[in-house]
Amino acid sequence: MPDGRSAVKRRASLRLWLSGSWLALVALAALLAPWIAPHDPLAQDLFAGRLPPFFAAGADPAYLLGTDSLGRDVLSRIIHGARIALTVALMAGVATALLGSLLGLLAGYLRGWTDIVISRLVDIWMAFPPVLFAILLIAVIGTGLTSIIVAIVVIDWTRFCRVVRAEAMNQSKMDYVASATIAGQGRASILWREIGPNVLPTIAALLTLEMGIAVIVEAILSFVNLSISTDAPTWGGMIAEGRTSIHQAWWVLVFPLVVLFLTVLSFSQLGEGLKDRFDPVLR
Amino acid sequence: MSAFLEIDTLSAVLHGSSQRLLRSVRLTVDRGEVRGLVGESGAGKSMIGKAVLGILPAAVRIVEGIIRLDGHDILAMPASERRRVIGATAALIPQDPLTALNPSRRIGPQITNRLVDILGWSKAAAKTRALELLDEVHIDAPERVMASYPHELSGGMRQRVLIASAFAANPKLVIADEPTTALDVTVQKQILKLIREMQARHDTAMLFVTHDLGVVSKVCQKLTVLYAGKVVEDTAVAAFFEAPQHPYSKALLAATPKYTDPFASLLPVHESVIASANAEITAADQEWRHGR
Repeated sequence: MPDGRSAVKRRASLRLWLSGSWLALVALAALLAPWIAPHDPLAQDLFAGRLPPFFAAGADPAYLLGTDSLGRDVLSRIIHGARIALTVALMAGVATALLGSLLGLLAGYLRGWTDIVISRLVDIWMAFPPVLFAILLIAVIGTGLTSIIVAIVVIDWTRFCRVVRAEAMNQSKMDYVASATIAGQGRASILWREIGPNVLPTIAALLTLEMGIAVIVEAILSFVNLSISTDAPTWGGMIAEGRTSIHQAWWVLVFPLVVLFLTVLSFSQLGEGLKDRFDPVLR
Repeated sequence: MSAFLEIDTLSAVLHGSSQRLLRSVRLTVDRGEVRGLVGESGAGKSMIGKAVLGILPAAVRIVEGIIRLDGHDILAMPASERRRVIGATAALIPQDPLTALNPSRRIGPQITNRLVDILGWSKAAAKTRALELLDEVHIDAPERVMASYPHELSGGMRQRVLIASAFAANPKLVIADEPTTALDVTVQKQILKLIREMQARHDTAMLFVTHDLGVVSKVCQKLTVLYAGKVVEDTAVAAFFEAPQHPYSKALLAATPKYTDPFASLLPVHESVIASANAEITAADQEWRHGR
């Protein structure tokens, strides 16, 4: 039918399709990295330093996207970087969603003291500058993949908590929750059976957004050298290294940046698209 | 035998204020009886229903009074016990069928859950009963409706589902909170008929909250008129339509269209009536404060 709803749906599905394909590509690259990467991402070849990408003059066809100043293959490093980026995105995203949503649901549904304590905690938490907070945290618990994930969860659970709390409050006011209360359903059961499923689309949308943010935070931490070992191929690390030779070898900076940008954008668009699709009112 | 639902001198205030929202409300509903509860918006009609069902908003505090449901003094009970008693004896037909069904769950489980939770039935038995109930509320394809999500049904259908669900666990008391207000006029009539039919079949006591005296004349036997949270008239419906006692009730009746004389102009409630009703409220409040 030619109405506004189908237009929204079509746009949403194009968005879903584009962002989904890009993320699928990145995921595939991450999964198959050791087999599809043309070179060892750590192998240096000082005689092949700063080779330009395939379309520029003087390129070596063996290095499609060129090499950095140490002669490491940019494409292989991007492919291996996808592994780290997606691991962080998934683990940090899910852990953040779980912690934040649980606290948000409790605060929004139970209200009263639970809400006051959780909400004040969120207010205080959000007053810290997040990147500084992450850097401090990593300085204390040390670098490494786990630290990055922990840092992201510790910084970003408030984002979920706030939104999910508001949504849980909205849903709690609905008559179906009143009906469940009258019928004698316990609080835990109301949270799980009645409110939870209706907050899920919001959580899913936030989760994809959060994955994008996790990728960015990981890149920022790599950029300031607080991520995994400096040698490891992370997108943020590549951008940081590329910055020093931007005038001689722009490709070392630009390619990982574009991949990072597209990935983060795809995560947020996937979230929006999913929200449109699963919103019971728009459905 | 005492009434099934007894509310006695029930007063409630908004948290942090001394202004009463309910003013020493006294009201009874006998077994199998339908009592209309009438008043303008904000008179506290829905609040009485919510108090009985234990779903008052946290900001409203009951400061005095007794609510006796099937002999249980529910305000004096611990919360968990209260929930059990209310769940086993009472149910609600809500006002807005749009928000009263959980949008992300199918209709079937929303009805059967009640039977499983309250009556301890098996899932299979509950499903059979749910199909019967949907048939009782004249839904043609119960199997299909059970498998549907609420947004796939029309407003009238949803209200039928809610009625079926309210009567599912054989409640002794059903509180209908303006059940036809959110519906089309054409659907309203069918739904009213259905509610009356279900009430008669299950012999349920019913508190019918509405602002429509026309509805009261069709459905109820007894009537309570509420003004600013105070009961101003408590009478049999037939007697009310013959000769309302309180000036506010008279004015209310004069402001309602009549089938016998559809072209008669309606009279707005006169200012002097409102003023005297308000004076009555003030006097009652003073007396109440004095008594405490």
